[in-house]
Amino acid sequence: MQNIQDLEKILNSELNTKIKSSLIKHNQIYLKIDETDLTEVILFLKTNSKTKFRQLIDITAVDFPENEIRFKLVYLLLSHEFNQRIIIEIDVKEKEIVGSITSIFPAANWMEREVFDMYGIDFKDHPDLRRILTDYGFEGHPLRKDFPLTGHNEVRYSHETKKVIYEPVKLEQNYRNFDYESPWEGTKYIKEQTKE
Amino acid sequence: MAKETKTLNLNFGPQHPAAHGVLRLILQLDGEIVEKADPHIGLLHRGTEKLIENKTYTQAVPYFDRLDYVAPMNQEHAFALAIEKILKIQVPIRAQYIRVMFCEIGRILSHILNVTTQAMDVGALTPTLWGFEEREILMGFYEKVSGSRLHANYFRAGGVHQDLPKGLDKEIGKFCERFPKIINDLELLLTDNRIFKQRNVDIGVVSKQDALDYSFSGVMLRGSGVPWDLRKSQPYDCYEQFEFKIPVGKNGDCYDRYLCRIEEMKESVNIINQCLANLPVGPIKTDDGKISPPPKKEIKQSMEALIHHFKLYTEGYRVDKDEIYTAVEAPKGEFGVYLISDGSSKPYKCKIRAPGFSHLQAMDYLIKGHMLADVPAVLGSMDIVFGEVDR
Repeated sequence: MQNIQDLEKILNSELNTKIKSSLIKHNQIYLKIDETDLTEVILFLKTNSKTKFRQLIDITAVDFPENEIRFKLVYLLLSHEFNQRIIIEIDVKEKEIVGSITSIFPAANWMEREVFDMYGIDFKDHPDLRRILTDYGFEGHPLRKDFPLTGHNEVRYSHETKKVIYEPVKLEQNYRNFDYESPWEGTKYIKEQTKE
Repeated sequence: MAKETKTLNLNFGPQHPAAHGVLRLILQLDGEIVEKADPHIGLLHRGTEKLIENKTYTQAVPYFDRLDYVAPMNQEHAFALAIEKILKIQVPIRAQYIRVMFCEIGRILSHILNVTTQAMDVGALTPTLWGFEEREILMGFYEKVSGSRLHANYFRAGGVHQDLPKGLDKEIGKFCERFPKIINDLELLLTDNRIFKQRNVDIGVVSKQDALDYSFSGVMLRGSGVPWDLRKSQPYDCYEQFEFKIPVGKNGDCYDRYLCRIEEMKESVNIINQCLANLPVGPIKTDDGKISPPPKKEIKQSMEALIHHFKLYTEGYRVDKDEIYTAVEAPKGEFGVYLISDGSSKPYKCKIRAPGFSHLQAMDYLIKGHMLADVPAVLGSMDIVFGEVDR
């Protein structure tokens, strides 16, 4: 097993201009890079003999609706040879198009499709960018924070028309989100008061 | 004069018994040869990740049971480990042993199901009947320890929910004595069986490089000759203290994967035996009152315990702002949780990395050029469970 500090140093010296910041936490390396360098960095990590991150574990996104740059794309890679994990993060604006890495890792195909489906982030040069987990003809991107937990449509079998129909969601009881945070430290108005 | 040929589009599923769930596979056939396979998944999508974002950490655990529902506790383990690493909780050694033991029981549960149903897909019914008898017994252990046979909801951040009931360790010990013979019986039926071999040997071959490129893990990776097991390479809980072997395949075909699973079951029995022999005594969850609930008896006496109990079951415990990826070696491969916490009692984001998702993705690559009848064999050897693929 290669020392994680050494690995971080190697990364910083080889990719110096491309890395915005690097950090070691929980025995994993967290790298922040620019969207434009993404394919280059991933290709380097996969092919370089000192890194050998030859397995793509997952791709996912995180939604921060209050930020100006709304999404964070996360790539998780694993190196069997050196027994290390790396987490690569890039910031992505809404409607920004990101380069696909399917040509480097064929496994990225479905992972990028899932990110597209769940967050609505487009990938350039993806061979087959369709929805993957949601229903045929689904609208919206469910994992965005502004998508309601109950969704928009519900499905049922209609005896009148003898087929499955879609209708807007009707709840017998509204979805209730209780605020359980301690009143003496958590509740919003108290937090604001103590700040002043 | 050359005959005009046309490819045929065939819908395999979503309700096909050999699809192991709700897979819709659109096959392009040239005669009986598969030219292209396009899996349509998501028919069992329940929005687990979205639901977890809206629930407290304690309430999120049962959702992990419902992912790979044939080995529920292995998934809970990944989630519990993620929280423990962020909160830096020390798990009592007895709890670690119990968790390892039940993870290995989960591995046997999953492998019995897979091996026997794979045999059923290629025409053998008896292994299923024999194997499921043993699964019943194992699920009985699940019930005794957690109260339910399938959706256990047993692992907690900082330990497990409750201690083993009296006498359960002896029962598990008895099972471990008997079970190697059952594996042997299954092997007698299958390993040298002419039909089973004809249907599996040299079918769905994966090369080492492709296994890496397609993000394979677990048996799919080891079957192709890559000796990689997270229990050995990145040990979690007390796996370091056990001696066990990692079976590795040679040819990367369906038959090698079957052999790996059989050997892994034997190793699991071995680990369970070691657990039982050295099972330490002591607490089964962390004593930090801010994370694990107090015993019922204490609630009647102590004001502090009462407050802790109330806060834990309404607000839940809070997890500091952090970001972490943790993975465990689930029976099907690397099962990971990428967790982002924001200091509140609900996860900000919880991405679940399911091994089956990447395996199924390679369906087109694996099945191209094979016969239609090989589709169930390949699908069976991939060990797909739709609970985790669709999430």
